Amino acid sequence: MSTPALKEWPLWEVFVRSKQGLEHKHCGSLHASDSEHALQMARDVYTRRQEGVSIWVVPSASISASEPNDKPEFFDPASDKVYRHPTFYVIPDEVGHM
Amino acid sequence: MYTQSFSVPDGSDDAKSAGLKAVPKALSAQDAALQAQFDARIDADGRIEPREWMPEAYRKTLVRQISQHAHSEIVGMLPEGNWISRAPSLKRKAILIAKVQDEGGHGLYLYSAAETLGTSRDQMLDALHTGKAKYSSIFNYPTLNWADVGVVGWLVDGAAIMNQVPLCRCSYGPYARAMVRVCKEESFHQRQGYEALLVMMQGTAEQKTMVQDAVNRWWWKCLAMFGPPDADSPNSAQGMRWGIKRISNDDLRQKFVDATVPQAKVLGVTLPDPDLKWNEARQAHDYGQIDWDEFWATVNGNGPCNKERLGARVKAWNDGAWVREAALAHAKKQQARQMKEAA
Repeated sequence: MSTPALKEWPLWEVFVRSKQGLEHKHCGSLHASDSEHALQMARDVYTRRQEGVSIWVVPSASISASEPNDKPEFFDPASDKVYRHPTFYVIPDEVGHM
Repeated sequence: MYTQSFSVPDGSDDAKSAGLKAVPKALSAQDAALQAQFDARIDADGRIEPREWMPEAYRKTLVRQISQHAHSEIVGMLPEGNWISRAPSLKRKAILIAKVQDEGGHGLYLYSAAETLGTSRDQMLDALHTGKAKYSSIFNYPTLNWADVGVVGWLVDGAAIMNQVPLCRCSYGPYARAMVRVCKEESFHQRQGYEALLVMMQGTAEQKTMVQDAVNRWWWKCLAMFGPPDADSPNSAQGMRWGIKRISNDDLRQKFVDATVPQAKVLGVTLPDPDLKWNEARQAHDYGQIDWDEFWATVNGNGPCNKERLGARVKAWNDGAWVREAALAHAKKQQARQMKEAA
């Protein structure tokens, strides 16, 4: 992996929440000199067709990601805890919607 | 806009870096396990993501192909940008500006996708500016009249869409996702180009002549965009094996011809190929011979506009250096001020 040239603008990750969207979704990345510049570029590049109403930009260097190699172990505990799901619990029909 | 459907080796020193013909190094036990895992994922039609292990040759091929694609978007702004100040009406001018703006965005998506493979944008741009990296041969042809802008939308972007739709299923996740986004916008480009030509074809005799002239000059170059015939395309097999390429050059070219012939008919133009005709047995169109010598001359830097295009890019980069530095210096100053206030 090469280190980016010193004169390069830093990389930013862009998250956009669409008009009806409940959450911000990652939609891409871009290079910009600072956060204000990054927001302006994200506005121009990623919301040109009214794709969103709110933008977050985050320096890529601030993001930590889970390790792909740990995937099985890392996410495994979720699968044997079925009692975390509402469907695990049987409620008599006469109770109605719950 | 657009990719060449195949990846041209960049510089001479890069020809061997694809590593396809090199004798494979003996794999360590760990590498062999990773390789097996990778192959299984590809066979299952799964996606490869940035932080996962991948063969070095796969990484290099992708960096080359995606950066070539990104460069094509950026250089592709020049032939169309050539007509922005001379567009015949305000409506057409606004459309053209929006389209060129899209191309800039496509370049950005693609550079970002390539960067997930561990290269930097400055490195890629440096390769473009020093002539080590290629971009699509099609942008080395001049836009000589206004109808060229419509034809570029209809045929060049049309060929691009043929290439790019299968790339939405490419095995490398970030590239596939970038292509989904690009394809949506690309279809605006093709439709607006075609519509601009339809309007001209309802106009004066001179306007119709302009359209036909533009079609005559671009048709064969668009067919060549799909890359060399399958028989002369040794890297294709590897690309197919890796799930980067989904449909062969010749098959895509055939699809393009079959889709375009009826569009030309509706438009009322002829395609400049005396051998072009429907083949009932094949249920496809036969077409004439592509001039591959001309194609390779252009790819290798000797097309009509190669020098001009690269010159414009290098000039913009060099002349803009002080602006990029000013933005960085300003950002640093702001940051220092904030730190001081926070302290």
